[in-house]
Amino acid sequence: MSLALHLPALQVVIPLVSAPLAVLFRRAGPAFLIVTAASWAAFATAIALWLKTGDGATISYAIGSWQPPWGIEYRVDRLSSFVLLIVSGMAALTLPYSRASIEREIPREQHYLFYAMFALCLTGLLGITITGDAFNIFVFLEISSLSSYVLIALGRDRRALMAAYQYLVMGTIGATFIVIGIGLLYLITGTLNLADMAGRLAQVGGTRPVLAALAFLTVGISLKLALYPLHQWLPNAYTYAPSAVSAFLAATATKVSVYVLIRFYYSVFGESLVFAKLPLPQIMLLLSVAAMFAASAVAIFQHDLKRLFAYSSVAQIGYITLGLSFDSVTGLTASIVHLFNHAVTKGALFLLIGGAVAVVGGATLSRLSGLARVMPLTSFGIVLGGLSLIGVPGTAGFISKWYLVLAALEKGQWWLAMAIVASSLLAVAYVWRFVEVAYFREPRADLATRREAPLALLVPAWILVGATVYFGLETSVSVGSAANAAAMLLGIGK
Amino acid sequence: MSFGSHFSYAITVFLMVAGLFIVIARGNLIKKLVGLGIFQTSVYLLYIAPGKLIGGTAPIIDEHFKLYSNPLPHVLILTAIVVGVATLALGLALVVRIREAYGTIEDDEILARDADDQRNDGQGG
Repeated sequence: MSLALHLPALQVVIPLVSAPLAVLFRRAGPAFLIVTAASWAAFATAIALWLKTGDGATISYAIGSWQPPWGIEYRVDRLSSFVLLIVSGMAALTLPYSRASIEREIPREQHYLFYAMFALCLTGLLGITITGDAFNIFVFLEISSLSSYVLIALGRDRRALMAAYQYLVMGTIGATFIVIGIGLLYLITGTLNLADMAGRLAQVGGTRPVLAALAFLTVGISLKLALYPLHQWLPNAYTYAPSAVSAFLAATATKVSVYVLIRFYYSVFGESLVFAKLPLPQIMLLLSVAAMFAASAVAIFQHDLKRLFAYSSVAQIGYITLGLSFDSVTGLTASIVHLFNHAVTKGALFLLIGGAVAVVGGATLSRLSGLARVMPLTSFGIVLGGLSLIGVPGTAGFISKWYLVLAALEKGQWWLAMAIVASSLLAVAYVWRFVEVAYFREPRADLATRREAPLALLVPAWILVGATVYFGLETSVSVGSAANAAAMLLGIGK
Repeated sequence: MSFGSHFSYAITVFLMVAGLFIVIARGNLIKKLVGLGIFQTSVYLLYIAPGKLIGGTAPIIDEHFKLYSNPLPHVLILTAIVVGVATLALGLALVVRIREAYGTIEDDEILARDADDQRNDGQGG
């Protein structure tokens, strides 16, 4: 048995094993090295898996050689390998960053615990993405959620505790809804393997328990992915968490939940069931548009830059779910592309803000005034990220908006294409608030002596800013993968 | 279909709704966690009750028994119980820290103090 055969298992096992190792060493240095090495190994594994599935192949891995559908199956296809790439790539960039950033945020004796929790969170997110077993999704979901509650509670402000508590309550309700949905599906089909379940559901059709399961899963996952108006946990969690955690969670946690939703809709229920039997496209469309406008509008009036971009995340998730509601290849492509582009953009933004917080001491807009004089590179990076959120040509955000508008026009919905452009104007407004404060105001007196953020914080952030621009110009990786995945999903669904 | 055959489902749904109601309606952080616990526990019943056949035995092959209960839901719920315990423990730990930081575990009082913090932030503090 060669190593290459076991890549799907290693993808999850390497970060998983690094967590207890980090705890055993009890010191920040070794813990950092182990977890960072594990995250890079996971990234390498994800790249290998992504290359392997390039021709549309599906890799099936039987854990412990128990053949599916009895044993737990790990299943890698174009979509899951793409999401694995995003999650492990973000972890590989955020971990080196976190070493310098948590220095100022977390007491030194707790650092090894931070790394252990980070490794567990990564394990959970990778596990959700790779597993082909419904109950396994729930288990990994709880691994990632429980560790992210701890990570958020590590924030310096006491409000981080309350944010973590609120996230815990909302997240647990969401996860319990997901278990209820999976339980109902299990009662009907007698199987937990997703592929097997899909085959059996096709025979049962749209009976009431199936629809109830669909409803429970939709609400539960929507809580996790912060679909408007189920987003209440998100702004506080992102605002008060340590900077590295904000960046990692904003870039990955909600994206993986979107992946789970896509997986259940297209690979398990099948699009005919989801979109024909229930008014789901209409509900999804309504909530997405509400998110795009309401959350963007709320973002404009925030006083804290982290909170501003947290609300912007809710709005951006609206674009992702909007793509889903079209129920077309172009729409689904737009969703998956935006999932990727938004992960890169928001990751870059939160990493840069983390650098600013480290130097200036806070992310309130009044503190950041004149930031461009003190920290020109950080400020310029935030502006570039902001342009990508708006969807200016030449940035990654433009590509996603382009496909969304295409999908809207394909359906003949002119007003929706207008709405996408109009909501981008709201993004201009909230990005402008930063530009105005950072570029057109005098720095506060106590900032005059401060300098640019240390390189350890600046380099990972600028790699992502570079990626934001790169994927706005060269789209073969992002759009290519997304279009393949979308075509595969809809091919299976029919 | 007598009432008896649906009895376990009625209990399940009652616990589910009661638990969720407590989470939403109560302001005390501990009581919220109690509600959350009840809500999660109701799901255990949802899984386990249908797995049991009346007169069924454990699935061990034996010529005297023809009727077997499904053991898989028990195994799944064992995992879910572990998750539930972990969630509750973490929730309680957070409440302890919240009480240390705020001096109260009432929802509205904490929000009032947060609003004060917010105002201080606004003034550039």
